[in-house]
Amino acid sequence: MLAIYKKELRAYFINPIGYVFIGVFLTFAALSCCYTTIIQASYSTTNYFTIMIFAFAILIPLLTMRSFAEERKLKTEQLLLTAPVTITGMVFGKYLAALTIYLGSMLTSLVNLIPIYVIGKQERANTSYSVIHIGPVTSQIVGEFVGVLLLGAAFIAIGVLISSLTENQLSAAVVSISVILVMVLINLLNNATDRDGQQLISNYAIRFVLNWVSVLDRYSIFGTGRLDLAGLVYYASLVFVSLFLTIRVYEKRRWS
Amino acid sequence: MIKIDHLVKNYGSNCAVDDISFEIQSGEIVGFLGPNGAGKSTTMNVLTGYISSTSGNISIDGIDILDDPLAVKQKIGYLPEQPPLYLDMTVREYLNFIYELKSCKLPREEHLKEICETVKIQDVSGRIIKNLSKGYRQRIGVAQALIGNPSVIIFDEPTVGLDPKQVIEIRHLIRGLGKNHTVILSTHILQEVQAVCDRIIIINKGKIVADEKTENISRVVASNRRFNAKICGPQKDVLAMLKAKQGITYCEALAEKDGDACTYLIESEPGTDIRKNLFYSLAERNWPLIGLEALGMNLEDIFISVVDQSDANEKATKYRPAKKNRARNTRSQLETSVATEMVEEAEKKRADSLSEQSPAGQSGPDADDRSWDRHDPAQESK
Repeated sequence: MLAIYKKELRAYFINPIGYVFIGVFLTFAALSCCYTTIIQASYSTTNYFTIMIFAFAILIPLLTMRSFAEERKLKTEQLLLTAPVTITGMVFGKYLAALTIYLGSMLTSLVNLIPIYVIGKQERANTSYSVIHIGPVTSQIVGEFVGVLLLGAAFIAIGVLISSLTENQLSAAVVSISVILVMVLINLLNNATDRDGQQLISNYAIRFVLNWVSVLDRYSIFGTGRLDLAGLVYYASLVFVSLFLTIRVYEKRRWS
Repeated sequence: MIKIDHLVKNYGSNCAVDDISFEIQSGEIVGFLGPNGAGKSTTMNVLTGYISSTSGNISIDGIDILDDPLAVKQKIGYLPEQPPLYLDMTVREYLNFIYELKSCKLPREEHLKEICETVKIQDVSGRIIKNLSKGYRQRIGVAQALIGNPSVIIFDEPTVGLDPKQVIEIRHLIRGLGKNHTVILSTHILQEVQAVCDRIIIINKGKIVADEKTENISRVVASNRRFNAKICGPQKDVLAMLKAKQGITYCEALAEKDGDACTYLIESEPGTDIRKNLFYSLAERNWPLIGLEALGMNLEDIFISVVDQSDANEKATKYRPAKKNRARNTRSQLETSVATEMVEEAEKKRADSLSEQSPAGQSGPDADDRSWDRHDPAQESK
């Protein structure tokens, strides 16, 4: 598993895809952070992180599209499957490699928040009253950050699963993007109301299902600065189920 | 060493490997021969754990592949049909990755260096695999299989795409490996099998149709039973004489002429050397024999005969039993007889192993029935 993890990690930097992901992500993060906070003269990072989620819906499939699709196309999966490694080890190695790239760039993007803190500090020093809090709310930022991390981890698992289903990288990317976007946007459908303030979808069963699929609902609790255990379990199980299905895909292919 | 026991592999309703059983001893080099789609690659893929069998057992060194797949995979080095290379890695990176992947315990530097030297890729070790030629890629594939010093090495058509010199080198290498490894080689190049393998298994439509030691086959092949004779004399008379002669089973005048001499193709009965006899009787008639060339039997023809024969047998048992022994004019009888012998022997083996497995009841089920019977629910659930 470690060998596959290392190889995958290296592959991201041998191929342009790792650089593309990190470069596009960091640029986009910096621009949107600047736009949503400093230019808007706001200390709230809610918009920034929400925009990041949508960016990830498109960027993360780029990260995961080649993980299994390419192996299948180049027939190198034959090598991995006949090597003394379990399928579980192979899937986790690949997943963790993508997760590492994602985590690394997320941590790097924290740099974007430094100017907000600096500005906040200056403003605090210039004002005489200290009744209300001036500057960014750290607990909220931590909550949002952890929430986005969990969301991304789930997206990567979904991307890995979809990549294992096809041998074409492009179709893997397109399908992953659409699946993830649907999962993100379903929240809007669930919360949509008509003119009188009545919920558009009133059937409880449908709402329940939609609610389960909607990844953004759980995230909003993190956004308030609370570490939501239910949300944590939700994202963890999303990761687990996707990776489990990926393993099953490989097992199934062996046995068919 | 390697034991394959009643292996069956179905792809849906299509039966790719139909009840194969054989054993390979340690240190043996076995050639796996068969026409396209015969089930060679499928058998190898099952053996290496890439795909699973529908039923049947495979064990290596007494370890069943389903009980402890990792331990079995550790013992196998496998070069698939298409060498599994990461094209954007350098050769060194790639080999290092394989080394780690196989969690190899041997000293890394020395081991990799040794392998690079054996397959002669040391001077490209810094280059990216994408930029290397087919021959080099094939050799990297071989190197990959050797890493970790596995006791069983499986090559699926290892010499495809190599130039003649490299082919000889690889054959040499495989022969060398046979000294302390067990090697299974799949190929459809017959000279290769003859040059390299100790034993030949011919497989057709998922069944073993022949399983012989190469030396046995070679002996048959090399036996002087067929000659090209150049004889001066009236063609008709010579031909009539030859046909009438005892010990000659077949003769034919060839188109080739040398002055007033014609060339005749002569086949003798097994076990009789007719050369001296032929010389004297020609001398008697004053027809000088100006050339006598012994022709080996063609391994290729044997192979084709074996495959044809097994096809014919299958058809015969299924549809028209009467046609089983119909005369074949297209190929000379020699190969056919050898092939028949081999096919019959293999069939006998199969029958023996079948009766061993199920002593009563299953006297003559047809192929489809059998594969259903072997459907083992215990393995399905794994």
